[in-house]
Amino acid sequence: MSAEPNTGDAPSAVARVLNLSVVFGGTPVVSGVSFDVSAGRCLALVGESGSGKSVTARSLLGLAGAGARVEADALAVAGSSVLGLSERAWRRRRGKDVGLVLQDALVSLDPLRPVGREVADSLRLHMPLDAVARQARVRELLAAVGLPDAGERMRQRSGELSGGQRQRALIAAAIALDPPLLIADEPTTALDVTVQAQILDLLENLKAAGTGILLISHDLAVVSRIADDIAVMAEGRIVESGPAVRVLAAPTHPITQRMLAAIPADKPRHTALAPTSTDTRVVGSGRNRSAIATTTNDSRGETGGAREVVLEARGLVKSFRRPGGGQFLAVDDVSFRLERGTTLGIVGESGSGKTTTARLALALTAPDAGEVRLLGHPFTGIPENERRALRPAIGAIYQDALGSFDPRFTVQDILLDAVTGGRRSGPAASARVRELLDAVALPATLLGRRPLSLSGGQRQRVGIARALAARPDVLVCDEPVSALDVTVQAQVLDLLDELQRERGLSLLFISHDLGVVQHMSDRVAVMQNGCIVETGEASAVFADPRHPYTAQLLAAVPLLPA
Amino acid sequence: MLVHSAGGLFVLWAVATLTFFAVRLIPGDPAQAVLGGPGSQASPEALAAVRAEYGFDQPLLVQYLRELGRLATGDLGRSYALNMDVAPLLLAQLGGTLLLALLALAVAWLLALALATWSTLGGKTAWAVGSGIEITAAALPHFWLATALIILFSTWLGVLPPISTPGPVGLVLPVLTLAVPLAGFLGQIMRESFQAALESPFVLSARARGEGELGIRFVHVLRHAALPAVNLSGWAFGSLISGAVVVETIFARPGLGRTLLNAVTLRDVPVVIGVVLIVALAYILMTLVTDLAGALLDPRGRTA
Repeated sequence: MSAEPNTGDAPSAVARVLNLSVVFGGTPVVSGVSFDVSAGRCLALVGESGSGKSVTARSLLGLAGAGARVEADALAVAGSSVLGLSERAWRRRRGKDVGLVLQDALVSLDPLRPVGREVADSLRLHMPLDAVARQARVRELLAAVGLPDAGERMRQRSGELSGGQRQRALIAAAIALDPPLLIADEPTTALDVTVQAQILDLLENLKAAGTGILLISHDLAVVSRIADDIAVMAEGRIVESGPAVRVLAAPTHPITQRMLAAIPADKPRHTALAPTSTDTRVVGSGRNRSAIATTTNDSRGETGGAREVVLEARGLVKSFRRPGGGQFLAVDDVSFRLERGTTLGIVGESGSGKTTTARLALALTAPDAGEVRLLGHPFTGIPENERRALRPAIGAIYQDALGSFDPRFTVQDILLDAVTGGRRSGPAASARVRELLDAVALPATLLGRRPLSLSGGQRQRVGIARALAARPDVLVCDEPVSALDVTVQAQVLDLLDELQRERGLSLLFISHDLGVVQHMSDRVAVMQNGCIVETGEASAVFADPRHPYTAQLLAAVPLLPA
Repeated sequence: MLVHSAGGLFVLWAVATLTFFAVRLIPGDPAQAVLGGPGSQASPEALAAVRAEYGFDQPLLVQYLRELGRLATGDLGRSYALNMDVAPLLLAQLGGTLLLALLALAVAWLLALALATWSTLGGKTAWAVGSGIEITAAALPHFWLATALIILFSTWLGVLPPISTPGPVGLVLPVLTLAVPLAGFLGQIMRESFQAALESPFVLSARARGEGELGIRFVHVLRHAALPAVNLSGWAFGSLISGAVVVETIFARPGLGRTLLNAVTLRDVPVVIGVVLIVALAYILMTLVTDLAGALLDPRGRTA
């Protein structure tokens, strides 16, 4: 199944991998992988978590991991072989011949050191520069990657910079010695769409300047922007590779096809994103299966119909004290109405007030002004013991499903706790637990497992099952799929869609990802700096954005070439 | 800062109160202490006179309030048994104990750091060995360790004195006795946080720049790994001073610990309260110092 090297001309190859295999303690993680990266071109290595793409890339740095056995017929970087290098020899090549950019510079740059020092490290380790010359070079580098006020920024720590700024600083550290090969491992995964677009532009510029880029991602839409060639990995092998245009337009391998189908942007509402026969959906959730795959548009265009408003926000305002003093207006006069059985998407970038809005809607935070009404009753401005009677009508799922569970609880404990309201026993409780598992298409064999041993998709399913335990009318979903691979995201989105139709759930769906919101929402509200700047029917807003900010967000969404 | 000071005052008050009642609730007559301890054959008249002079005939609550009032003015009172002011008595003993505790803290840090660095560098075996050494060290009681060290270095090897002579040589065994168990404890914490920091993405970034193993540890990891141990050092210092009671007694070394032990046996309330207050004060100051050191190491807390 090994792929042919994408480009044949070896002289310009900045990385050459022939029949690479990596074994961890007897378990092969990568086998028979071959590819070339040429100067001034970008090869994207695409695959789901655990497909071996990161290990493959790190083998080019001698950092495959402790206990890894790396073997290859050829493994060369910048024109010379790196097979069997000593640790000392590796250290001389790292940074000079290969640069590495990881995801989320908040943790990929030392959070206790100024970013300038981190960039200077590359110079310190490989070049005999004095401190003054090094400082000057660091400032040049930071300016070159588009960091404003480089002189000041270099003295700040990664936590003091915005997500885009610190990702730029991380790139500056990786290209400080102008390495011919740059490995970018999910470089935009934690970023907002507009910032993601900027970082991809920056990588594109580096490519144009002659750097060969090995881009690693789980998202075909992201890589389609800059990749010249694409190699799709699954279970440690390259299953399909070729020029990006060909792979994206005419994928031949089922895995590539599945990954392409999973991209939610531009897929009409209620279209299944994942094949219905995935291995996670094994136990009797066959009900309505046939209805899912068919596109139904009956909920659209019903603006005239009088649907019941289940959740309403009127003029919500919430401000927080800034740590340094002063007030920070997180949510500023936000109003919305969520109708029964529909989805209201709230989209915006980090810091736009989405999550605060979710917490206000759930009455977990008291608004400074305005009110929330749930099923026609006031939900804010009343004492918690009165609110408690209404709480079962509204449930929530979160981005970090793992963090929202007690790590010592088993799946059974988690669900039992939710079903019985904390009493952990009750009539037909365990039957109800099984029913919930069934609803989210998880096998009963998972009941004894703890969250840590579940996959990301399974955890989010347990999170959804827990939210459904009280039979809510409204489900607040705060970035429910942001931590998931595209293919797993597709399954979770399909599940939410299915549950909505089966149970008439109303969803308040919050995400920074326009593609996801566009696919899931009937109505959409775009948030910026705590305000809703545009709201309307999802189809109308996305087809014809009125507000410049919406247009800007839309332009930044990575789309497959038509 | 204001909250800190108020908290510190509260701790001092609570310590004084608890100590006062704890010592006074030991059965027996405090007047005996004034007249030379329980063994003395003091006449009932003499006892009565002392009771009246010291106010022992008053209700306990009145005595407590009087004691508190005196402490509030900074007056530590007069020792019952030694018949001298408590403050100069304790000041004379303070230096030796502080020196002992600070040295032990420094030695414990060095030992823990060396052990953590070595055990995370050397693979699985070093990890297991390091972990074993730490657990054993942390579990060693002071009195046992002191005895073992004396047998080893004084009786068998004859290189170090079994009692604490003045000068640096006499400090070696007492400092080691206090430092080794603490080093085991700190080492455990440091090794765990070393390992956590070593697995974080910024270390991978640094390695990818060509940083070597020692550079990784000293430029990046140490600061992260030291934080929890620094935060615990305030507590550790307090425990060292209480450990000094045992160590000073075994090595016959003058200091607050031995003074405290004697005062408790003699039921010399002002001295006991004085020692406990000084220890509490040292503990509060040390916590303040470690808070500041923590903020220096990790400046994120100040801005976030």
